[in-house]
Amino acid sequence: MSDAGDNDNIGLWFILLGLLALGGGLVFGTIGAFQFLYPGFLEQVPFFKSRPLHVSLVVSWIFLAAVGGIYYYLPRHCGLKLFSGKLARLHFWLFLITGLAILSSYFAGRFGGREYWEFPAVLSIPIFVSWILFGINYFRTVARKRDAWPVYLWMWGTGCIFFLLTFSEAYLWLFPYFRETFVREITVQWKAYGALVGSWNMLSYGTAIFVMSRVSGDDKPARSRLAFALYLLGFTNLLFGWSHHLYPIPNAPLIRNIGYIVSMSELILLGKIIWDWRRTLSTHQKYRHQHAYRFLAASEWWIFLNLILALIISVPAANLITHGTHITVAHSMGSTIGINTMILLASVFCIIEDRVGIPLPASHAVPVRAGYWLGNGALLVFFAALIAAGLARGTYSGASFQEMMALIRPYLLVFLVSGVGLATGLLLILAPGIRLIYTLAFPDTRLVTAAGSVR
Amino acid sequence: MKRFVALSLFATFTAYSMYVYTAGTQMPQPVAFDDKVSAGQQLFQENNCIACHQFYGLGGYMGPDLTNVISATGKGPLYARAFIKNGTVKMPNFHLTDEQTDAVIAFLTYVDAAGKYPTENYRIRWYGTVEGRQ
Repeated sequence: MSDAGDNDNIGLWFILLGLLALGGGLVFGTIGAFQFLYPGFLEQVPFFKSRPLHVSLVVSWIFLAAVGGIYYYLPRHCGLKLFSGKLARLHFWLFLITGLAILSSYFAGRFGGREYWEFPAVLSIPIFVSWILFGINYFRTVARKRDAWPVYLWMWGTGCIFFLLTFSEAYLWLFPYFRETFVREITVQWKAYGALVGSWNMLSYGTAIFVMSRVSGDDKPARSRLAFALYLLGFTNLLFGWSHHLYPIPNAPLIRNIGYIVSMSELILLGKIIWDWRRTLSTHQKYRHQHAYRFLAASEWWIFLNLILALIISVPAANLITHGTHITVAHSMGSTIGINTMILLASVFCIIEDRVGIPLPASHAVPVRAGYWLGNGALLVFFAALIAAGLARGTYSGASFQEMMALIRPYLLVFLVSGVGLATGLLLILAPGIRLIYTLAFPDTRLVTAAGSVR
Repeated sequence: MKRFVALSLFATFTAYSMYVYTAGTQMPQPVAFDDKVSAGQQLFQENNCIACHQFYGLGGYMGPDLTNVISATGKGPLYARAFIKNGTVKMPNFHLTDEQTDAVIAFLTYVDAAGKYPTENYRIRWYGTVEGRQ
């Protein structure tokens, strides 16, 4: 079944679809933000539709860009011909058709109504099958590697296996045994979601390590003992750290205590970031001309900020105030935009700079640079506004939901304005990104000729 | 060595998951999960209520947390029914029948009986844990 293994265009198809999904996710996220403050805004797509459209498209971006990068890097840079190009193309079309079916179901108002996976449960079947196809292709491809695997191959494999496991676990509610005890149902649901986020973090952090190896031309850090120690730390958090989301649920205290202890192990990661600060800054000076590196550098800042927030909200006493407030949203936005999206944009621009050359022509570089600063600056304000709203909500002692919402409205207005800035910044990056990836994926269109030759 | 460590962690995870699926979540369920509750849960999901509402602080932020909407002082089944049947400026009227509304309220009653949120009557330990949750 080993055919067309060196065809890396399939990776570009995934990335192109991912960039388009991110664009759509930003549009529906902006609509949802307006509706949060002005409920009558765009009644044709009410909030209970715009929110799942936003969430599903952004989650798709993360998976599509990460998987696309893996399909691209394995044959082109790891010397590992894909086990099957046909299987990869089948994966792509299955993902695309299922994605369109999910979007149609949202527009038609047909929901499965579970957080994150708000589409009808039957559509989870093709998603599951598409990941089986990816898993077969990935493991059959990397099994050919005779020498020791660098850490990113472990991380990508872990991400794939745990996506399948946690995605299946998220549907255990279909069995009466799980559905008929509410504490069990909600605990297992959020156990699955916590570990699922860990699985996509494995895919994107593996991508970050790979891109850093490419930018620096040095693969040794990806094979070091430290890299594997940090991988095991992340893996342990994926397996056992999820219960810091579940402190208020009346399940066994052991579950909460394990979540607390494991979450605090991330202090090691925080310490390492601070320890490496000086070296990080000198590396930044060396590679600052490369967009791929700049996005990676931004993700490191966001890891630092988000880790501090994650550690605080994982302390049960602090969680009493932060849980169920906009601080949780700040944490998830910091993770998905500040960390995952920056890493995946680094991967996209690593591919572009690899093929088009450095520096990019000004017509592409200027909007990317403007979008980078606008996006990150606006995200910082967005993040702070959500934390302020969450603190106001968490410390509100009254019983009126309307009164509490009126109290936090000024913070939400800042959230809305900065959210528009964030979406604008990311769209400025996406426009040249989509154009260049499209031209690389379909070279006959020759859109890139103005930008330079395609290697 | 790497494979041994990874496999040991995975085995521990499997055992821990089994605990979570059984004894770790085997809590008293004062209101039984009957057909009416099941129909209410289905309606709650089909109308994507979790996009705006929460249980135990988990879900959307547009509307209030519904964990104890049935037993909270000043609220209750009639209060919930008024919102479900009529909607508000923020909440659409989903045009549920009386029978469907009863089912959703039965589901909310089932959820309410399972526990209290936010946490009440607790003690904070110096190392950050919260004990005596109710």
